[in-house]
Amino acid sequence: MSFQRKDLLGMEDLSSGEIIFILDTAKSFREILERPIKMVPTLRGKTVANLFFEPSTRTRLSFELAEKRLNADALSFSSLGSSVAKGETLLDTAKNILAMKVDCFVLRHASPGAPHLLARELDVSVINAGDGAHEHPTQALLDLFTIRERKGSIEGLKIAIVGDITHSRVARSNIWGMGKLGAEVRVCGPPTLIPPDIERMGVKVFYSPEEALEEVDVIMMLRIQKERQKGGLLPSLNEYKEFFSLTQEKLDLARGDALVMHPGPVNRGVELPAKIADGKRSIILDQVTNGVAVRMAILYLLLGRRKQR
Amino acid sequence: MALLIKGGRVMDPASGRDEELDVLIEGGRIRRIAGDIPGTGKKIIDASGKVVSPGFIDLHTHLRQPGREDEETIETGSGAAAKGGFTTVCAMPNTEPPIDDPSLVEFVYNEARRCALVEVLPIATISAGRRGKDLSPMGRLKRAGAVGFSDDGDWVTDSNLMRRALEYAKMLNLPLITHCEDKALTQEGVMNEAYYSTTLGLRGIPKQAEEVAIFRDLVLLGMTRSRLHVAHLSTSRGVELVREAKREGLKVTSEVTPHHLTLTDKEVASFNTNTKMNPPLREEEDVAALKQGLKDETIDVIATDHAPHTAEEKEVDYVSAPFGITGLETALGLAIRELVEKGTLSLTEVLAKMTVNPAQILGMSIGRIEKGARADLAIFDPEKSWKVREEEFLSKSANSPFIGWEIPGKVEWTIAGGKVVYQARI
Repeated sequence: MSFQRKDLLGMEDLSSGEIIFILDTAKSFREILERPIKMVPTLRGKTVANLFFEPSTRTRLSFELAEKRLNADALSFSSLGSSVAKGETLLDTAKNILAMKVDCFVLRHASPGAPHLLARELDVSVINAGDGAHEHPTQALLDLFTIRERKGSIEGLKIAIVGDITHSRVARSNIWGMGKLGAEVRVCGPPTLIPPDIERMGVKVFYSPEEALEEVDVIMMLRIQKERQKGGLLPSLNEYKEFFSLTQEKLDLARGDALVMHPGPVNRGVELPAKIADGKRSIILDQVTNGVAVRMAILYLLLGRRKQR
Repeated sequence: MALLIKGGRVMDPASGRDEELDVLIEGGRIRRIAGDIPGTGKKIIDASGKVVSPGFIDLHTHLRQPGREDEETIETGSGAAAKGGFTTVCAMPNTEPPIDDPSLVEFVYNEARRCALVEVLPIATISAGRRGKDLSPMGRLKRAGAVGFSDDGDWVTDSNLMRRALEYAKMLNLPLITHCEDKALTQEGVMNEAYYSTTLGLRGIPKQAEEVAIFRDLVLLGMTRSRLHVAHLSTSRGVELVREAKREGLKVTSEVTPHHLTLTDKEVASFNTNTKMNPPLREEEDVAALKQGLKDETIDVIATDHAPHTAEEKEVDYVSAPFGITGLETALGLAIRELVEKGTLSLTEVLAKMTVNPAQILGMSIGRIEKGARADLAIFDPEKSWKVREEEFLSKSANSPFIGWEIPGKVEWTIAGGKVVYQARI
C-alpha cells in the first residue's frame, strides 16, 4: 500500500487501505513528538501556505507546528469577514501566493468545495483543513488515530456521534472514515440537526441519546453553535443541553470502557460537563496531541516523497 | 432574392406534416410548400437529409439587457438563439432595472430592432419593480408590446397580490408566468436537498419549496379562473400538481428545461459551479417524472431558462457562485438526446414543445410551416453529433455544464423572417 495523491480533500474518496497507511505513517511521527528534540529535516526547503478564511485556533496551530517540526517553511494567512467577498478572490489569492513559489496549500474555507477548486486549478498539493459543512479529513484521521491507539482497531466498534450533524464537517469525515474501517456508526441529535438521507452514508439515526449511547465503545460529542437557535433549528441552547448534554447517567449507558471525544472547542457545561471533559474517559487532549502527528504524516506523504514534476 | 429550401424533411408539428418537400420563401414569408419547386433564379439551400422545422420559440430567456451587458446583450443573446435554431425568444424582465414600465418594453423592442438576429418578445414584470408589493401597469405594458408577465427569479409571495394579478390579467388575455419557489423554505440553499446536499455539506433547497408554491398558485388559479404558466418544473410532485389541475380543467400550462431532463444533483459533487441553477438539479425520480409529464402533455413546453453569467462570476467557490446556466445553443441537442434517443417522445413531439406549443401559450400564430406564415425556420440534422466547445458559444457567456459533451441535433441553418441568421461552418 502507498499513497500517491496530489491532494487530501476528503475522507469520502479515500480507500480503507489509504487510511490505514496514513495512520501507520503517523505512528512514527507520533514517536518523534516524545523526543527531546521534536524535529526532523523531512521537508527542509519546502514551503507550506496555511490559508484560513474562517476562524481557527487548534487546527491552524496544529498545522503550523506539524510544518515546523518537519522543517518546512510555514506561512499563515487568515482572513475573516464575508465569505462571499472572500470567495470571489479565493483563486486569485491562491495564485498570488503560488507565484511566490509555495509547495502546498492548507485551506480552511466556509464554502464546501473551495479546496477542490484550488486542487483543480493549481499544480500544487492542497490539504482541506475544513470546507464548510463538507469535510475535515485531518480531523477524522486524528480521531481514528486516537481511537486506534486506545482500542487497537476500529473494526467492530460501536461509535456514537452526538450533536449538530447537519452543520458538522467533522461528523461527515468521521462517518466516512469510521465506516470504511468497519465501525458501526450512530448519529444522534434533534431531527432539525440531522440532514436528509444520511442513512445512505451507512449510519443509524437516533433522536434519543439514551438509545444511541447504549453499549457504545466511543462517544463523540460535537460542538453546538449558538446561532442554531435562529431559523427554527432549536428552541434554545438550554433545551438542547437538557436533552443532549452528556451527563454521567447517559455515559453509564455506554460500555464500561467507552471513550469520550470532542473535536473542540468544547462549550464546557453544554455538550458535556467539565467533570467528564476532564475525566478519565476523556481523550480530548490526546486528540489534540495526535493531531500534530497525523498532520506531519499527511504533509510528509504529500510533499516529502513526491517526485519533482 | 427568393430563397428555396430543397429536399428537406419538412416537419410541422402544428399540422402534422412530415414529408420531403421544398419550401419557397419570398418577402420574408413562406410562399409555397411543394414537391420539386424549380430553383432557377433563386438562392438555394440544399436541405436533403436534414429536418426543416419551424424556428424554435423560447418562452424563458435571460438576455440581461438592460443592466448586465457584461453577461449578455440582446444582440449576443439573439446570436446564441439563432445558433440554437431559435427564431423567437421571450426576454425575462428581471433586468436592472426590471421591465416594469412601458418605456422599458419599448427599449427592448428598439434594441432588438437595431441589432437582434431573431424576434425578441419582452415579458414584463407582475409587480412594480419586481418587489412583490404592487401591480405593475399591466395594461400599459401590454399596449407597449409585453407578451406576458413574470417576476421570474422571485415568486410573488403575497397571495393577495398574486390573486389580483391573475384576475387583472384576464382582461389582457396574456399569460402569467410563475417562478414557483417559497424562499422561506429555500433559505440559503444552493442545491437540491437530499442525499448529495447531505454528503457535500451544501445547504439544500427542498423540493417542497417548489411544490408549496405551485400548490398555492393553482389554488388561486382555480379561484380566479385565469391563465397561468408554470416556469421550469423540476420536481415529481410539481408535475403531479399541474397534471391534477389540468384534469380539473384549469387553464394551466408548464415548461421544463433541457438540463432538468439531463442532469441530477449527483453532478454537484464535482463542485462545478455550472451545476448550480435555480431550480436546482433534482434526482432520478424527478427526471423520470418530468419526462412522463412531457409524454402525457402535463408539460407543454421545453424552455431553456438561458441564464448567462461571466467566467469571473462563476470561477468562485460553489456557495458564492450565481445560479444559472446558458441553454439556447444546447437545447435541441439535449432534447433529442434525452427524449428522442431514449424513446420518450418522437422528434415531432419534441418539436411541438419548442414551436407550436409555446406559440399557443403566447397566443400567436407563429411556430408553424404554412403558406403565408413568417418564414422562421430551423434546419438541422437530428443525428449528426457535435462537440460543445467553450470557445464556440455565441452567447457572451459560456457557463454551461455541457462543455465537452457530444450531443446530437446540429443546427445547420436558421432562417428568421426569411433571412439566414445562422449558418453552420461546413
